[in-house]
Amino acid sequence: MAKWFMLTLVGEDRPGIVAKLTHALFEAGCNLGEASMMRLGGNFTMMLMVGFDGKSKTLSDVVTPVSESLNLHLHVDEINAALHTHLEPDVRISVYGADRTGIVSEVTGALAESGLHILDLESDVAGSKDSPIYVMHIEGHAAEGIDSLRAALSLMKDRGIETSLEEIDTLIG
Amino acid sequence: MAILNILVFPDPVLKQASEPVTEFDAEFKQFIADLDETRLDAPGCVGIAAPQVGRFQRVALVDVSANPKHKSNGYMVLVNPEIIEWEGYKKGREGCLSVPDYTGNVMRATSIVIEAQDADGVMQRYECEGFEARAVQHEIDHLDGLLFLDRLVSRRNDLFERKVYKK
Repeated sequence: MAKWFMLTLVGEDRPGIVAKLTHALFEAGCNLGEASMMRLGGNFTMMLMVGFDGKSKTLSDVVTPVSESLNLHLHVDEINAALHTHLEPDVRISVYGADRTGIVSEVTGALAESGLHILDLESDVAGSKDSPIYVMHIEGHAAEGIDSLRAALSLMKDRGIETSLEEIDTLIG
Repeated sequence: MAILNILVFPDPVLKQASEPVTEFDAEFKQFIADLDETRLDAPGCVGIAAPQVGRFQRVALVDVSANPKHKSNGYMVLVNPEIIEWEGYKKGREGCLSVPDYTGNVMRATSIVIEAQDADGVMQRYECEGFEARAVQHEIDHLDGLLFLDRLVSRRNDLFERKVYKK
């Protein structure tokens, strides 16, 4: 059975990165697993699980010609991983406010103390250069219940941080 | 009573539309009992449709009453169901017995009115809201060969979904 590797690639965004990279992986017999890719600050970032029946060095050699031609930083780690190990989020939290340092730290600090296990987080800076707005969405598991998280978030308003929390009530049908 | 085998995607038959029910005989009633036993055997499952067990007839069962916070009509046997009124829409997370190990966000009407026959073929009318309305729409989709995978919207970049602003 193939081993799992985590490939991380970062570099200036341009069209065609995913196609070129995954073509090279496919040609080398790799099987792709879960992945997250997005454009951050003009850079394209990729994190992807790659199943490969070989050594880390061999996989690096497969990817390097492509990553160098696209000017991407490449990092390869063999990882302990498996598919079908998803944890289901049961809460979704949205946060926004006038951008300043410390928003993520304050919000996630309070949430962590109240039992939140973050499964997915994405954030963005919107607004204008003169008055930027920080926006963050979190999905997670509320190990100590939703009320505990609500209490933690209620303290954020006085700090100029607007928050909203919604239970994720997953329908199984 | 029997627990039926649940078909899972990529079995192509899940993408086929089902036929109306015309016979409300003892065999049909037994099938409904088995279908609900199959639903109850799956933890947390609030609905099931006949094509999920390979019977391509327009029958769906929905019961969201296990969680008391959901507004509910209780156990509904929906035979040849039709949604006759729709209102509002909201995104919510769905999973499916026929699509293991994946959940995704789907837009559904927040309140619906349905007309359906019951297990005896008698026409019934139900008003459904919220989670129950979502469950009914998910199950009726199965009767048309649609999975929630056909209706996914991104998990990311959502707008705020606050219903009421609180000071």
